[in-house]
Amino acid sequence: MENQHHHETHSKETFISKYIFSLDHKMISKQYLLTAIVMAVIAMTMSVLFRLQLAWPGEKFQIIQALLGDKWGKDGVLDPNMYLGLVTIHGTIMVFFVLTGGLSGTFSNLLIPYQVGARDMASGFLNMLSYWFFFLSSVIMLGSLFVQGGPASGGWTIYPPLSALPQAMPGSGLGMTLWLVSMSFFIVSALLGGLNYIITILNLRTKGMSMTRLPLTIWSFLLTAIIGVLSFPVLLAACLLLIMDRSFGTSFYLSDIFIGGQALEQSGGSPVLFQHLFWFLGHPEVYIVMLPALGITSEIIAVNSRKPIFGYKAMIGSMLAIAFLSFIVWGHHMFVTGMSPFLGSVFVFTTLLIAIPSAVKVFNYITTLWKGNIRFTPAMLFAIGLVSTFISGGLTGIILADSALDIPLHDTLFVVAHFHIVMGLSAIFGMFAGVYHWFPKMYLRMMNKKLGYAHFWLTFISAYGMFFPMHFLGLAGLPRRYYANTSFPMFDNLVDISQLMTFFAILGALAQIIFLFNFFYSMYRGPKAVQNPWKSNTLEWTTPMAHTHGNWPGALPVVQRWPYDYSKPGKAEDFVPQTIPLEKDEVDGGGYH
Amino acid sequence: MIQFLVSIVVILSAILIVQLVKFFELLAHLKGQGADDINEKDNKMNARLMMLFLIGFFAFFFWMLVTYKDKLLPVAASEHGAITDWLFNFNMLILIITFAFTHILLFYFAFKYYSRKDNTAVYFPHNNKLEMIWTVIPAIVLIVIIMFGLKTWNKITEPPKTESLLIELYAKQFDWTARYAGKDNKLGKSSFRLITNTNPLGVDSTDIKAADDIIIKGEFHIPVKKEVAFDFRSQDVIHSAFMPHFRAQMNCVPGMVTMFHFTPTITTSEMRKITNNPAFDYILLCSKVCGSAHFNMQMTIVVDTESDYKKWLAEQQSKTFKQPLIAEIKKENTDTLAVIKQ
Repeated sequence: MENQHHHETHSKETFISKYIFSLDHKMISKQYLLTAIVMAVIAMTMSVLFRLQLAWPGEKFQIIQALLGDKWGKDGVLDPNMYLGLVTIHGTIMVFFVLTGGLSGTFSNLLIPYQVGARDMASGFLNMLSYWFFFLSSVIMLGSLFVQGGPASGGWTIYPPLSALPQAMPGSGLGMTLWLVSMSFFIVSALLGGLNYIITILNLRTKGMSMTRLPLTIWSFLLTAIIGVLSFPVLLAACLLLIMDRSFGTSFYLSDIFIGGQALEQSGGSPVLFQHLFWFLGHPEVYIVMLPALGITSEIIAVNSRKPIFGYKAMIGSMLAIAFLSFIVWGHHMFVTGMSPFLGSVFVFTTLLIAIPSAVKVFNYITTLWKGNIRFTPAMLFAIGLVSTFISGGLTGIILADSALDIPLHDTLFVVAHFHIVMGLSAIFGMFAGVYHWFPKMYLRMMNKKLGYAHFWLTFISAYGMFFPMHFLGLAGLPRRYYANTSFPMFDNLVDISQLMTFFAILGALAQIIFLFNFFYSMYRGPKAVQNPWKSNTLEWTTPMAHTHGNWPGALPVVQRWPYDYSKPGKAEDFVPQTIPLEKDEVDGGGYH
Repeated sequence: MIQFLVSIVVILSAILIVQLVKFFELLAHLKGQGADDINEKDNKMNARLMMLFLIGFFAFFFWMLVTYKDKLLPVAASEHGAITDWLFNFNMLILIITFAFTHILLFYFAFKYYSRKDNTAVYFPHNNKLEMIWTVIPAIVLIVIIMFGLKTWNKITEPPKTESLLIELYAKQFDWTARYAGKDNKLGKSSFRLITNTNPLGVDSTDIKAADDIIIKGEFHIPVKKEVAFDFRSQDVIHSAFMPHFRAQMNCVPGMVTMFHFTPTITTSEMRKITNNPAFDYILLCSKVCGSAHFNMQMTIVVDTESDYKKWLAEQQSKTFKQPLIAEIKKENTDTLAVIKQ
């Protein structure tokens, strides 16, 4: 590819052009990662606060008063409205800002140019804009915590009319407006980023890098970006219509409402319309979060098992199937909205089909481990953890996709347990795996492995300790987003489960301090990394150990083989980088024809 | 004072960790390896932890099952609930087998194939036969799951019988009201524009069908072994009528009437014996977040025998303050007119 113009001498860099308004994919990736870490710490702290309330309802906690002030945490007791606010913002930040912006933003930016052999993203400027829209939306979202009436509180799904009417709850005032504004900017950021990723992958692959020689990470980023570009605009439309309903008296989602002692004039709209629009993004969003984590895991499991990923083409095929199916399953979030039973059956069918490509992926991961030579780096541990949570969370999805079984479980904590394990834990494990694995590439130093081990095992145990018992609460009929379960005698004997969960939630939160320490300490004081510390095949490890514009000092590397030639018979070493030419009669691509 | 001590402890532990990290790095350096190198000892330790985790995880699962089996929902108290529960158990059996099988493979392989001197990886990039097996087997299992699931779903969602008892459940922030259709088993029209303090459901008093409707607060009764059809409405935001013991749930959406029906099979007093809890009550709760008191939006359901139910209903009819409905007056007038004409 003719990318030589990138390599011209750059004008002298200032602090601002290097660290703030950077056009370089590596710097933008780090900006995304740091923003996501800050957001994740905030959202995790929120979850600890409401876990305290759920385990010991009405009990006084100094920390609640210290963090939320007298208004929302009077005498250390969490206010019911703020409880809903915390739940809402925790969900919003985790799903969008950490696992979408943070995960895709960090690793798509870092790895796409590196692994396809490009000097940078197709448009560095759009890439920079993408980050700054993300930053702006993060600031607005955090700012919404401090307004009169509190942040948006109707749950991260912000169903109208609750979210449309300030009379319905304090959080539906200015807090909700800011939520919608923030999300609109977020969507702009996601679209700018996504378009850039797609174009870079399709157009800027280096010589020899055919689509079937792409690492699975890149395949996952490509499909994620395509899903995002197709579905995020629908959420933008949904948000804009909601803004119209809230501020300009339209009735897209409102009809027949009597609230605050008066009948509203709006009529003819449907709250269910919003749910269709929301979940048309909302469900693909699950895969926007999951696919990059699965792609990262594919790469890390192969490298650290010292084996080719098993069934490379089946892995691509299953990701394509998942990406396609993700668009025709959204109705399974709405089985109890009174939708036509026949339509419900269609969504049951399409949803359960997703289990097939998911099963293929799981068995391929397990087979990759089989007869491997497994090196337990912290990244590898998190990748194995991901396979485990992907299985356990995915299986309960089969129950929830079955409409007849969804009736008694809909909106209970069973659902919360399901999506936290399959989406939350899997995606965050994928993100941790990615950070541990590519830290040497990002910061040119190594993270401490012992702290990494401690971080993994504490996180893994407390994650299951937190979310596994939650299924039982859901099976007992406890609905989600309850400020306390003390109003119903039937839930009284479940309080010890809640306390167990809160214990693990706190343990899990504390374990993240180990990670934060390791991350920031290693950034400055970690031992210097060698060029290819994991003995990996992909192109990013052929770049010099310094961050230069254009990534490769000379010509771009030429790709000669697929990325998974690990432990190939007849080779001197157990890895063969993609730039090494094929020998005479050597078959490429693991023997696919 | 305590805060001061806590901050000192935090600072000291931070320093301790920094020093420990440095110490280990130095030690590794002296041993002639980079601190980042993963050695056989690390691999062995993590491999063993993998196996330990698998055992611990299964033990935890088993312990939860045994400890909390009785604390979950009691037996289903509706006809379709029994089928739903069977379907749940059937699916759960498949899932637990899959869960155990895949987890044993995952952690066992991680344990067995850790990197060490005498171990090498096998180059095994793909195998069409194997991949076919784990595409086709899940597909077959899923077809079975889908077939049973849709059969149950179709049964639950088939239209209610015409003679079933009709009750409207009306949701608003933050309580429930029930309206019985009365003798004609038809609910009178209603509109949100008619809502006043004395007419909280906005019932249209010019509609003759509204004349015998009975409005109930606090707790509502239904007869056992008779199909009950519910119409759901909401006044303000989306609520969700969830009756866990009957395995029944439906959203209440402003501007829409949604429906669900079931046949209760166990009376409240029978269930008190089954659960061995004299205070047991069936409940209706809200499961869609609807505002600050969402967690406390409830109504008690009482399942009576047919005779008890009739007695209760008669009491309610006499208790209800009967506003002379315009429709009734009109009808009376036309009746009198007809008599005079004859």
